[in-house]
Amino acid sequence: MSSACEKCHRYTIGSFYQKGDHVMYTDKVMDHFQNPRNVGEISNADGVGEEGNARCGDIMKLWIKVENGRIIEAKFKTFGCGAAIATSSIITELVIGKTIDEAEQISNNAVAEALDGLPPVKMHCSNLAANALQKAIDDYRAKVKVS
Amino acid sequence: MDRIYLDHAATTPMRTEVLEAMIPYLTDKFGNASTIYGWGREAKKTLDDARASVANRIGADFNEIVFTGSGSESDNMAIKGIAWQYSDRGKHIITSQIEHHAVLDSVKWLEKQGFEVTYLPVDADGIISVDDFRAALRSDTIIASIMHGNNEIGTIQPIQEIGQICGEHGVLLHTDAVQTVGAMPVNVNDLNVDLLTLSAHKFYGPKGVGALYIRKGVRLAPLVHGGGQERVRRAGTENVAFIVGLAKALELAEAEREVVIPHIQRLRDVLLTGLEKIPNVKVNGCRTRRLPNNVNVCFQFIEGESLLLNLDMKGIAASSGSACTSGSLDPSHVLLALGLSHEIAHGSLRLTLGKDTQKSEIDRVLAELPPIVERLREMSPLYNR
Repeated sequence: MSSACEKCHRYTIGSFYQKGDHVMYTDKVMDHFQNPRNVGEISNADGVGEEGNARCGDIMKLWIKVENGRIIEAKFKTFGCGAAIATSSIITELVIGKTIDEAEQISNNAVAEALDGLPPVKMHCSNLAANALQKAIDDYRAKVKVS
Repeated sequence: MDRIYLDHAATTPMRTEVLEAMIPYLTDKFGNASTIYGWGREAKKTLDDARASVANRIGADFNEIVFTGSGSESDNMAIKGIAWQYSDRGKHIITSQIEHHAVLDSVKWLEKQGFEVTYLPVDADGIISVDDFRAALRSDTIIASIMHGNNEIGTIQPIQEIGQICGEHGVLLHTDAVQTVGAMPVNVNDLNVDLLTLSAHKFYGPKGVGALYIRKGVRLAPLVHGGGQERVRRAGTENVAFIVGLAKALELAEAEREVVIPHIQRLRDVLLTGLEKIPNVKVNGCRTRRLPNNVNVCFQFIEGESLLLNLDMKGIAASSGSACTSGSLDPSHVLLALGLSHEIAHGSLRLTLGKDTQKSEIDRVLAELPPIVERLREMSPLYNR
């Protein structure tokens, strides 16, 4: 049984209660899952990005505060699995203190590496975080352009 | 921290009495039941006794029981075996949308070989309509496979009525009774079934052994060819020790059922009532026509795997129909068949109790779960929207 999701183009690779592909998380993932950093919203954010959809089981929303072209604050809210929450948490740590241009270079692989790796079936969760960041940056740039 | 196991629908711990009954056949009494000397005769006698015991407990005859390697194998054997055997009579199969994947994937595979399959829907309570079943029958229908008790939401299907209709139309009926054997009375004649699947590890027996009841006169093409074991229906040297384990486990489960099951059901109701006090929770599956040990709920705004991980950190073992627990994209096909949205189905939690579940364990789950749900909701962008 294999069918791609119309929205996110990911593939079904297993079925309910099929525990053959045992998902094992690294200590770093579990740490960020148990103690997520920077959870919440920024009311006067300079950029907001949202990625994913509830249908596929994960949504991340990321808020960034920018001063002199540098991200000084980042907060997130995520609906999703352990990996989705951990990647959300770590990307806030990765971006704080970076310039917008530097932050834009953060790839999904960098997110996964920062967590000491993700199980193959969970790699898409790193896209979730990287894409939410890109959208937040796009939003920031659009706002700067207007003002 | 004491661990709390609430995933008995997945598997149960094996009883020590079962292990003790098995050990001689893993050690001294190692004979091949097909041989004629003492060791072999001893194995054959043991196998016969186990077969008679299992048959007796489900209202079957001695020769109607075939031992297999699992519930999944029994399901495959029943469906493919009948389809292959009777394909000259017709190519239509009826099943439901909420079957176990051992059934669903078997019929899907047969579809590729030219068989046609009707997947009956369920109502919002997770029950198949007998009228729908009747309407789905065709002149070329050869077999129907409808599960007895659902492994996810615990709903009990009207097998007796469906069996009666099948009998009137000359259609064979298979039921996967993996979740109900040991949990409620299961008698092949009362249920009007021609084939029935059971699995030892769901009733405190060993993993790796199951059985298929095949009504006398029903023929089926074997999946495994080779020796003449199991009356040429399943080749392979009989796994005497594990078959003994299955029979012993069933004997004990049936002997205790009338005492143990009401106890489990009382605790289940305590758990369910407690969970319903959490805001934005939905109970999945019919409350009355339901397995006595099953709780299945959806917590809105959160995702199942993160819930399971949090429970695991508290030492509580449970299951979810969330996509992320399976590496799949879609949440459970059973929850979707109930008409739940993907978003809600991703937040499902299944807790299944067992004979050794204690009230104190249920109390601890009810104390640990609400703060976990609250914390995950606080983190969710869907909450307070």
